[in-house]
Amino acid sequence: MPSGEKAGGIDVAYVAKLARLALTPAEVEKFGAQLGALLEHVDALSALPVADVAATAQVIAQANVARDDVATPSLDRETVLQQAPRREGPYFRVPRIIGEEA
Amino acid sequence: MAERTATEIARAVNAREVSAAEMAEAAFARIAERDGAVGAFLSLTHDLARAAAARVDAAVREGRHLPLAGVPLAVKDNMCVTGTVTTCASKILGNWVAPYTSTAVGRLLDAGAIPVGKTNLDEFAMGSSCENSALQKTANPWDLGRVPGGSSGGSVAAVAAGEAALALGSDTGGSIREPAAFCNVVGFKPTYGRISRYGLIAFASSLDQIGPISQSVEDAALAYDLMAGKDPLDATTVDREVEATVGHLREDLRGVRVGIVKEFALDKLDPEVRAVYEKAYDDLRALGAELVDVELPTADYGIATYYLIAPAECSSNLARFDGMRYGLRVEKADVGATYEATREAGFGDEVKRRILIGTYALSSGYYDAYYVRAQKARTLIAADFARAFEKCDAIACPAAASPAFEFNAKADPVSMYLMDYYTIPMSLAGLPSLSVPCGYATPAGGSSPLPLGLELSAPLFAERPLLGIAHAYERGTAHARKRQIPPIAAAVAS
Repeated sequence: MPSGEKAGGIDVAYVAKLARLALTPAEVEKFGAQLGALLEHVDALSALPVADVAATAQVIAQANVARDDVATPSLDRETVLQQAPRREGPYFRVPRIIGEEA
Repeated sequence: MAERTATEIARAVNAREVSAAEMAEAAFARIAERDGAVGAFLSLTHDLARAAAARVDAAVREGRHLPLAGVPLAVKDNMCVTGTVTTCASKILGNWVAPYTSTAVGRLLDAGAIPVGKTNLDEFAMGSSCENSALQKTANPWDLGRVPGGSSGGSVAAVAAGEAALALGSDTGGSIREPAAFCNVVGFKPTYGRISRYGLIAFASSLDQIGPISQSVEDAALAYDLMAGKDPLDATTVDREVEATVGHLREDLRGVRVGIVKEFALDKLDPEVRAVYEKAYDDLRALGAELVDVELPTADYGIATYYLIAPAECSSNLARFDGMRYGLRVEKADVGATYEATREAGFGDEVKRRILIGTYALSSGYYDAYYVRAQKARTLIAADFARAFEKCDAIACPAAASPAFEFNAKADPVSMYLMDYYTIPMSLAGLPSLSVPCGYATPAGGSSPLPLGLELSAPLFAERPLLGIAHAYERGTAHARKRQIPPIAAAVAS
């Protein structure tokens, strides 16, 4: 369970951490109030008798859509790398990952 | 010339009465004249358009017939077209240039359409007014002080202003139908899975659907027939024969049963708006339809269901925007801080709100109470429609509860979400659904009548009867034609 749960609302700072958003304190306050109002609205769903109802993930049932295992052309590497915020030769250059705290 | 429908333009270009190159230049001239006031386009694609026009004109000279020959096409800027900056009206994509073309756009270009530009939207298609665009304001061509609707507001405004004869939008909970109603054009969302979404930047994958925006039902049918069908590049497209709709449009409604939804009683609406919809139902009857009462007991739960499912899927889909491979990056000391700073800087408020609510609904301890419960509610909503369609061939109801509203009128997010009351249930059920112009009403605080749309919806894969019914209604009433040129024409000419 999330820590620091606030009565009747979302612990926005905690959820923002899960969502990888560095919200400002002002945003935490603003979104907290707005999402609280939305939650009040969606709580109407608790009135629906759904105990014996199957969940719908999507409406057009399709399963195991596969194609033949044949190699097909993919995007040109140089075209893709040109979009990189930073690159080094044929690689994406990314910030340090090893050593990061969990 | 720019007020001609796509069907009329294609006929004239194929008959060599006018060239595709001339149609392209006419569209750009109209855009130059009007788009400063409307703001429909985020970018114009002159080079692509001229190259496409040259190809079309060469093909026509060789005697080939192209179903969309020379038709100026506007594309919502959440769809990829090779070589175009594709923004989703967000700062997080930066100046990302699409390296491939979406299947839906590609099929229209193959049919001879001329891509004139990419249109504004609510950021990542999240909104009902286009006000959530991080890049630009788009105005309603019927009243420049009002929103065009959203999220496909730019595409709809472009068609309404005569800047493009045809446009593509995407509809997740009403994003084609509500703006079409606000701007007096036809907006059509086909059955979920009917048109490939390859190259459509995802918002909510169990709901997103591409569809055409046009001046006539006939044009919507033409574009639909070209785009629909299985695509190996989108595993969610349905492998099922597409029934052609062009050539099967009706002129009357004899033998058609149209359902009127008890829960959507018109007495909740403003009297002038109510009178327009009462007249629309009377017109359906006058054209030969039998009106039958149907019930959708769970329809009132649509918004609550949608605002859990769509944000949940959005929070998952938008996790890919992390600043590593493309778009904006705000560089910090390590990768985690870089993710957080990039997403904080790159996403606007509405996108953040939806990511937060979706993350919350999917988080440990809340998943069953929110997300799974909403999925079960979705089952009940779809079952309600299935029962209703045992009694009728299509359902008629308002596309929106009011005409277009003024900028900043819906500052409270929940009040904006309520705009999709009439469109969301059909999206949750995956149904084909469209908005067709149905008359005019003066909004609260307004001085002149503004357009309204009649929403018609049909069972899964019943595009042919749906478009047929809409065509008969359109021909029988001619609401759009009575005032086809919106006041923007007079505003920029004066």
